[in-house]
Amino acid sequence: MTARMTDQSSQDLTSTSPTTGLLSAFLVTVKRDLLLAFRRRQDLLNPPLFFVIVVTLFPLGVSPDPVFLAKAAPGVVWVAALLATLLSLDHLFRHDQDDGTLEQFILLPQPLAWLVLARILAHWLVSGLPLILLSPLLGTMLHLGGNLTGVLCLTLLLGTPVLSLIGAIGAALTVGLRGGGVLLSLLVLPLYIPVLIFGTGTVMAASDALPVDGYFAILGALLALAITLSPLAAAAALRISVSNG
Amino acid sequence: MWAFFHKLGSPKWFFDIAGRCIPWFAGSSIALLVLGMVWGLLFAPPDYQQGDSYRIIFIHVPSSALAMSCYVMMAVAGAIHLVWRMKLADVFAKAAAPVGAALTFLGLFTGSVWGKPTWGTWWVWDARLTSMLILLFLYLGIIALRAAIEDPQTSARAVSVLTLVGVVNIPIIKYSVNWWNTLHQTATFTLTNKPTMPPSMYLPLLVMLLAFYLFFAWIVCVRMQNEILEREKRTRWVRELVTPATARR
Amino acid sequence: MQFHSFAAFIAMGGHGFYVWLAYGVFLLVITTLVVDSHWRRRRILARQARQMRREQVAKPGGRVVKGQSFQEAGESS
Repeated sequence: MTARMTDQSSQDLTSTSPTTGLLSAFLVTVKRDLLLAFRRRQDLLNPPLFFVIVVTLFPLGVSPDPVFLAKAAPGVVWVAALLATLLSLDHLFRHDQDDGTLEQFILLPQPLAWLVLARILAHWLVSGLPLILLSPLLGTMLHLGGNLTGVLCLTLLLGTPVLSLIGAIGAALTVGLRGGGVLLSLLVLPLYIPVLIFGTGTVMAASDALPVDGYFAILGALLALAITLSPLAAAAALRISVSNG
Repeated sequence: MWAFFHKLGSPKWFFDIAGRCIPWFAGSSIALLVLGMVWGLLFAPPDYQQGDSYRIIFIHVPSSALAMSCYVMMAVAGAIHLVWRMKLADVFAKAAAPVGAALTFLGLFTGSVWGKPTWGTWWVWDARLTSMLILLFLYLGIIALRAAIEDPQTSARAVSVLTLVGVVNIPIIKYSVNWWNTLHQTATFTLTNKPTMPPSMYLPLLVMLLAFYLFFAWIVCVRMQNEILEREKRTRWVRELVTPATARR
Repeated sequence: MQFHSFAAFIAMGGHGFYVWLAYGVFLLVITTLVVDSHWRRRRILARQARQMRREQVAKPGGRVVKGQSFQEAGESS
């Protein structure tokens, strides 16, 4: 059943001729990836579950003191989100590499960077968005005030797409490698540091009752930069990995 | 100009030139290192605040500066390799990466050792130290990626892309770390923000800086020669180069 | 000369341990770089020489030893 659905969806994809609009190719790619993601429910559930468990470890491991937790909450949630994203990144291109779809994908007439962007969007929808939906719950558990929880959600909304975008470069570079998962985190985590700093910084500034629009502007700028540059880099990396993989 | 560029693409040509430069790089860098260290350790006056512990600056600043410019050089080499497929650029990137990582480690280590008498702790989350630590991670990532991909051509191009992605990120990382640092820490004593140095202090520093660059040129030339030998081992000229070694045995 | 005696030079105004630790590690690292780079050269040349001797032996008319040609094929890739 699963196999048949996959076949059908990839048929949709390959049947797009050069004359097919860019937008429809984009939408078909997103639809296909979402469909495939929902066929593998366990893969879909693991990252959010991981996210919640990592956050739970902090009160247990450090201190359940509400004052401390409220202070540590933005950092804890952000680090957990970073790790959860990393966990799901390995699947971004791997299944397609394994069954050979990735080579067909690269041969499509549409610009590869554009289609990669579509896949990143699909990845974010299934891995980033659940984290954002879960974060109010975790904010409450970590005694973060309602207002600050809202700010935290907003920073995640701007920041997690950047994580998916940068991570896609790493995933594309390591797609053909055995044990690529650990290497992927080594490559990608240093590049996540600015997002982490500004994401947590925004919540901390808000907790000190400082204006936060400047911080959101920086996060937005990071997102804009990542959207423009990283699909290009990821597409180049995919071509390199697949051509000789 | 283009003739020069094409020559640069010829490994044998570079091998010969590097062979001719290496003794000069080696001699001058060792001479300047000795001069700079003797000058800095024996003749430069002690700092009025830190006493003699500041003498670490003569190795700390050159290694950190070179570690950063080495990364930029690798990124330029990566771009050249991707655009013109120039193999020599990749030979450089491969030869320079471990040297850059070693220099970054040196910058971190000497900074930490200097921090102990100055700040009272081995490690301070100072903006400069933190960015150097991240730079070290970037270097290690590049080395790990190169080691992980077996096919040399694929690994060369993948590493070029990664280095370029890293170099776009470095200014952002530096800016964010600086910003984070001012948010978390109020005025710490920074290592380099001091009243203007007298010539008796910065002259030996300049000598050491020059010595480091020459040392870098020396080691990278030797490593590039090694890499060329490895890659060209099927060619006639390498075989002829090796033959005397066979005769001796 | 900033120091009056050799002992004062070693003591570095009380910071001797830190200064000498930093310089010691510095010298260790750069020596390792130099030695490693040159040893690598020697290893590469020696391996290449060995390889070429094997090829000499494996030539038609030469002494062909089982297993060697296989190893050679592995190395040439």
